[in-house]
Amino acid sequence: MTSVVTAGAGRPARRHDPAALTPMRGLPLAPAVALLAVFLLGPILYCIWSAFTDMALTGASGYHFVGFANFTQAFTSAEFGQSVLYTLFFTVVSAIIGQNVLGMALALLMRAGNRVVRALVSTVVIGAWVVPEVVAGYLWSAFFGTDGSLNHLLGLVGLAPQNLLYTTPILAVSIANIWRGTAFSMLVYSAALSEVPKDIEEAAVVDGAGTWRKLVSITLPMLRRSIATNLMLITLQTLSVFGLIWTMTKGGPSNKSTTLPLYAYQQAFQFSQLGYGTALALLLLLVGGVFSLIYLRTLRLGES
Amino acid sequence: MSAAPAVQASRPGAAGAGTAVASRRGRGRERGPGLVNAALLFVALCYLVPLLWLVLAAFDPSAGPSLSWPARWSVDNFRAILTEDITFRPMLNGLVLCGVSTVLTMVCAVLAAYPLSRYRSRLKRPFLLTVLFMTGLPITAIMVPVYGMFVQVNLIDTYFGTILFMATTALPIAIWLAKNFMDSVPAELEEAAWTDGASRAQGLRRVVLPLMWPGLAVVALYTFIGLWGNFFVPFVLLLSNDNLPASVGIYTFFAQYAQVVYGQLAAYSLLYSLPAVLLYLALSRRLGGAFTFGGGVKG
Repeated sequence: MTSVVTAGAGRPARRHDPAALTPMRGLPLAPAVALLAVFLLGPILYCIWSAFTDMALTGASGYHFVGFANFTQAFTSAEFGQSVLYTLFFTVVSAIIGQNVLGMALALLMRAGNRVVRALVSTVVIGAWVVPEVVAGYLWSAFFGTDGSLNHLLGLVGLAPQNLLYTTPILAVSIANIWRGTAFSMLVYSAALSEVPKDIEEAAVVDGAGTWRKLVSITLPMLRRSIATNLMLITLQTLSVFGLIWTMTKGGPSNKSTTLPLYAYQQAFQFSQLGYGTALALLLLLVGGVFSLIYLRTLRLGES
Repeated sequence: MSAAPAVQASRPGAAGAGTAVASRRGRGRERGPGLVNAALLFVALCYLVPLLWLVLAAFDPSAGPSLSWPARWSVDNFRAILTEDITFRPMLNGLVLCGVSTVLTMVCAVLAAYPLSRYRSRLKRPFLLTVLFMTGLPITAIMVPVYGMFVQVNLIDTYFGTILFMATTALPIAIWLAKNFMDSVPAELEEAAWTDGASRAQGLRRVVLPLMWPGLAVVALYTFIGLWGNFFVPFVLLLSNDNLPASVGIYTFFAQYAQVVYGQLAAYSLLYSLPAVLLYLALSRRLGGAFTFGGGVKG
C-alpha cells in the first residue's frame, strides 16, 4: 500500500510568500508527531536497545546487557544464514523477477491487446491483489496441495503429481507472491507507459526499428525512473511479507521457507528469545532502511 | 487514463488498413494482436484458477482443494460459518479496529498536512523526507519489539494500543498524500475566505477540505483496505479470542482442525474478502479506472 506517492504534482504558483511556521502554527502537527514518536520511533529505539540484551519472553523480570552476543549468535547460526538465503530467493524470484517482469510484460501487452481481453486481465490481476494476504495463502495452499488443482491439471496432461509445498516450499510461496503482487507493478508500468510520447516510438519504427529493438532502445530507457522506483517499493513490500508464508507453510517443512520475518517471529515467540528476536528484527529493519533511503534518492525530491 | 490512446492503437485492422498510418505502425502488427491476446488470456487463466476455486468451493458442500464444478449448489458452507463466534464477532472486531484506526489516521494526517502545506520553515523538508522514509520501513520488522514494548506498558491485547499502533503504521503515507492534495488547493481561495472574516480553522473546514475531499476519500479507502488485510499486526498484538479481527479469526478457526473443511474455508474467505473488494470497486469507480493509481509512484 505504499503505492500512491504523488497526487497534485503541480504546485500552484503563489503570489505571496507563505507565512513562517511558528510553534503555535505548528500545533496541528502535534497528534501525528506524537503517534509517530511513540509508536514508530519508540519501537525502533526499543528494538535497538533490546537487541543487545538477553531479554526473554517468559520470566521477564531479569535481563542483562549482552553486547553483540545476539548478533554473533545470528552470524554464526546456520539457521540464520539459511533464512537470509530464503529471503533473498523470495525477494529476487517473486519481486524483482516475477512481479516486476510479469507486470511490465502485462503493461506492454495490454497496449496492443483487445479491449475485452484487457478488461478481463486487469480485473483478475487486480482482483488477486485486493484479496487479503491470508486468503491468498489459503487459496494457494489448496492449489498446491496433494489433491489440489495443480496436480489435477498435471494429471490431465499426463504429468506426475508434484507436492511443491513439501519439496520446494519457498518456490510455492514465491509463486503465490507473484500472483498476489503483480498488479502493483502492472499499474505502475501502465501509468508510466501512458506517458511515453507515441511519436517517439513511431519515429523509431519509421527508422526501421523492430518491436524488440524499439522496446529495448526507446521504451524501457524512458521508463527507467519508474522501474527504479517500482523495484524499490516491491522489494520493501516483499521483505515484509509474513501472513502469506505463514498461512501457506508456517516456514516449514524443516524451515525450508523460513524467511527473515518468520525466523525473527519464531525465535521471539516460539523459542521465547525476545532479545535475539529483536536483534534479527533490527537487521531486517536496517536492510529495509537502506532500501528506503535508496528509494528516496530515486524519487529525487531534492530540487524543490 | 492510459486507455484512450491504447484503444485506438489496438485496432490496426479496423480503420483504413491500407493507409500510411497502418503500415507505419509496422511489422508484427498483423500477426501481433492474435498472439498478444492469446498471451494475455493465458495469464488471465492462470490468475483465474485460484479465484474461481474460491467462488465454486464456497457454494459446494463437498468441496475439495481442487477446482471442480459443484455437483450440488448450496449455501450450507455459509450457514455453517455464519455464527457469532466464527464470523460475526471477528468481522465486527475488524470493522471497529480498522474503522477507528482509519479515522484516527485521517484526522491526524489532515491536521499535520495543513502547516506542512501552508507555512514555510527550514524544518519542513527534513520532516517530509523523514515521513517519506518511514513509508518504506518494513512494519513487519518492528512487530517483535512492539510486542516487547506493549507487554511492558500493559497495552498488549488491548484495542486502545492496537488501534493507535495500526493508525501509526498508516500515518506516514497518509500525511504525505494529504499534504500533496492540500498543495493543489490554491491558497488564494483560502485567502479570499479570510478576507470575508473566516479564521484559519474555518478556512480549512469550509474551503480547503471540501475541495480535497475526493483525494482524502481515496486515501481513507486505501488505508482501510490495507488495514483490513493486515494479518501480522493483530496476530501479534491481540491475544484473546474475543478480540481477534477477521484476518486472524480465519486463521485461528481453521488452524484448529487437522482436516481442513475446504468449502467452509472458501466461504469464510469470500466473506472476509468482500469488504476489501467492494471498497476497491467504489474506489476505482470514483477514479474512473484503476490506472490512475499507478501514476502515483513517479514522485
